This record gives sequence, C-alpha cells and structure tokens, in this order.
Amino acid sequence: MLCDSCKERDAVVHLTQIVDNAVSQLHLCERCAAEKGVETSAGMPQHPLGQFLAEVQQQVPPPPSEAGRCTFCGASMKDFRASGRLGCARCYTTFEGSLRELLRRVHGHSRHVGRGYASPEPEATEGDSIRGELRERLRRAIESEQFELAAELRDRIRVLDE
Amino acid sequence: MTMDLSLLPDGGVSWLDASGAHADIVLSTRIRLARNVDGFAFTSRAREGERLRVLAQVREASAKSDSLAGAFLFRLDELAVQDRLLLHERHLVSKELAGLDANHPVRPGSAVFLGDGLGVMINEEDHLRLQALRSGFALHEAYEQVSRLDRELGSRVPFAFHPEFGFLTACPTNTGTGMRASVLIHLPGLVLTKEIQRVLTGLQQMGLTYRGLYGEGSEVVGNFFQISNQTTLGRSEEELLDQLVHVVRRVIEKEEEARRVLQRDAGYIIEDKLWRAYGTLRYARSLSFDEAMNYLSGVRLAVGLKLINGLSVYTLNKLLIFSQAAHLSYVEGRPLTESEAGQTRARYVRDALASEAGLNG
Repeated sequence: MLCDSCKERDAVVHLTQIVDNAVSQLHLCERCAAEKGVETSAGMPQHPLGQFLAEVQQQVPPPPSEAGRCTFCGASMKDFRASGRLGCARCYTTFEGSLRELLRRVHGHSRHVGRGYASPEPEATEGDSIRGELRERLRRAIESEQFELAAELRDRIRVLDE
Repeated sequence: MTMDLSLLPDGGVSWLDASGAHADIVLSTRIRLARNVDGFAFTSRAREGERLRVLAQVREASAKSDSLAGAFLFRLDELAVQDRLLLHERHLVSKELAGLDANHPVRPGSAVFLGDGLGVMINEEDHLRLQALRSGFALHEAYEQVSRLDRELGSRVPFAFHPEFGFLTACPTNTGTGMRASVLIHLPGLVLTKEIQRVLTGLQQMGLTYRGLYGEGSEVVGNFFQISNQTTLGRSEEELLDQLVHVVRRVIEKEEEARRVLQRDAGYIIEDKLWRAYGTLRYARSLSFDEAMNYLSGVRLAVGLKLINGLSVYTLNKLLIFSQAAHLSYVEGRPLTESEAGQTRARYVRDALASEAGLNG
C-alpha cells in the first residue's frame, strides 16, 4: 500500500481518524508521518518509563560498528586482536561482519551445523540465581547506558521479588 | 593446606587403567566442550563478582546433575600452588585454570568439578569446560558421556548460543560445537622409522592437529602425541568425531606397520635399544623427567612388541603421571629440589619396575 501523502513509498503508519463522527483512514510512509508530526507506534515506548527513555534514546550513541566498542562488555576489535579473545557473547553480534569473515578463514565455514540449543525457561532454574544474574545484567545495562534494557530487567526482577 | 586426592571418586586417574581399546598405543581419549553462561562477560573480561556468580550457578546446576553425582569441587583459588600443580599433572585442570603461568595468576572463582571420568573446569578461558576422559581409544563413548553432562547443565544454566555461529566461546577457534576431541597416542615406531613427519603433515591436511602430552603449547615428550580436531564450526559433532576415529585408526595401522618393519629390518638393534632403556630405568640413581619419559617410551614399545613380558601397561601409565615433580613431592610430603626430585624419581621408577614379577629377557 502506498503512502496517501507522497504516493511514492510504502505506507507503514495506519491512522484511524474520527472527525465529527466521520471515520477516515490515513496511510502514511514513515517519512511523511514524521513530517506531519505523527508518532509511529514502533517508536512509541510500551512501558511507563517511555517518555524518559525516549529522551535518553536521543542521547544514546548510534549502534556500535566495527570501529566501536561492544555495548555489553566494552571490548573493541583492537582488544580482540591484542588478546585473541572476545569479551562476551554480545561481541559476536557487535562485530558480526568481521567475525563471520574470521570464522570462515579459521574453520572454512561460518555456519554452525552441530547440535542446537534452547536456553532453559526462566522457571526451570532457581529464583535466587536468576535474580542474581538479572541484577548483574542490570548493573551492566546501566553502566553501558542501555536504559531500555535496564528498565526491562528491573521489571523482571520485581516480578521475581513479588 | 594439602588437598586429599582420595576424595576423588577415581583418584582422577581411572583413565590410566589401560582397560580401553588399543590401550598400548592409545593412552587416553578426551573430549571437552567449551560453554559460556549467557548474560556474563567471558572469563578474562569478567569482574570477580561475575565469575563468582558463574561458579554459584554452575554449582547449583551440578548438584542436580546425575552425571556429577559424587563429584568433588576444588576451588583452585583456595589451593596452594603445589596442589594446583598436582591437579595439572593429573591432566585434570589446564595450566591456565591452575594459574601456573607466570602471566596468568589463578583467578578468583577458578574451580573444577571432578567426577568419575568427568570434569567441569569453571572460569577457564570459557566459563565452562566440560570434559570426559577415558582409557584407550573411546571417542564415541566419551562424547556420549560429556554430551549427557552438557544437556544436564544446559537445561539449568543458560548457555551463550547464536543461531548462526553456534556455541559462543572466548576464542573464535572454538566457536560452533565448542568441541575439542583428542586422543593421546604413543607413536615410537613412526618416530624411529622417521615416518612421523609425513603422518603429522597428513593430519593437518585433514583439518586435524597435534600437540604434546599436556595439550596446547606443550612439547612432544616420550613420543606421545595428542591428536585432535582443529575446526569446530561447519561440521556436526558426529562428523568431527567420525573423521577423527577414521584418521586415528589409520595412524594406529601405520604405527603397527612401522613396528613390524622395525622388527623385521632392525631386529637386534631395536631390541638392544629397548633393553638398554629398561636397564637404565631399572638401575639409574637419578633421572630427569624428560629422560624418564624417553626411556619409558622405549619400555612401552618393548611391551607392545612383546620383548618384555609381565610388565603391565597400567604400571607404565602410572609412571608417566607419578614420576612428575609435584607428585614426587606429594608422596615425599615435602618440596624437593631438582636434584632431590631426580633421585626420588629414579627410586620410584626402580621400585615400580622391580615390583612387577615374571620379567624375562
């Protein structure tokens, strides 16, 4: 479906307006929606901290790139080259491009075909160790200014505490 | 504090008992799986609190693991250096975990669970290094054992896993299956016939690699080689194991062939050399470790060729472990200087060989 305004791009925002009891539908592309001052639902925070987090997000640096540091452990590709070791599991996502290439060189492949794995459901483990792990992650999230994640973790800890 | 190794279900050395297949050539089979706990930085970058948390989580999960029933936990960070050396000499912990490398002192939270032929190193390069160790050539059995432990722990502790890259490890050379399967194999025939280099080059072309007695970074002594898979990604665990089984079988055949050639073409020279090795071990008053390893290699070959009868492979295996410096100190109950260790080692080897009856020549 094309945007009702520019008729060029795909509409991603679908608004239902009610003016004087008349219902009308408006379909807009992201750019036109932003232009008209319509907040897209994707950008709308889902939780009570929404406003605060939305503001914080403006200040958060762009997503990490090869040149940057891992948002979880703070390691850089330079650190990896010096030590030969990655800092954490997140580094694999942060430096995905370089690592895929490296894995291909080392192993001749970059895709795992061995046994799969599904993490245990949170209920399967003891509450105490889960809480401990969540608190540790919360501390890291705050340190690395990932406030959205921090809020989620805090909520999960609260649920466990109840 | 001196630790009590009798606490271990099998003294940690059941893999020495020479009960497995091809035990005169293949000393032992080891499989390790590298795993990390999701949500924590990898060990070298983790804070002390994180490492302790990892330890606590694994400990909790281990208590409910059938595979680790009766296992004993050693906190490496609470053990004296000679005790850590002892565990390392028994091939139960790596040099890194035991903090024996001058550049890597023991880290808070370093620990090892030791059960019957199974172990879990905690806070090594990866949070968990699960390993199964068996006597002789027993790759599939060892995998089955370590894989069960992997499932038991993985169902309680969330492991770091990526849909494309598989199990995530600190070093990308372990990413994917996280599996390193290896056999410790004795190849004096190939060394004496100078075929060994060709065999080792062949291994590398097959995506396999070799190391010395103590694994990564260790030198080859006593003609013992650890052959293992090099790659961990892009092939399933079963494929990696099948290939290793296939290649090790070929290497065993080559070794047996080399031994036949030696006996056929150089019968008395070999016989003389091996009996001299035995004579030295039987009567020497001081032996360095490398010397002992080399002569023991000769005697092991002599037993394999049936030149020496009545000496068990088990005794030879035990000598490999118990003639090491920390073990000698442990038995003597005090630290030994190098020259004292040389003399104690010679006495220990003499006594062990003398106690085996029925020798003939």
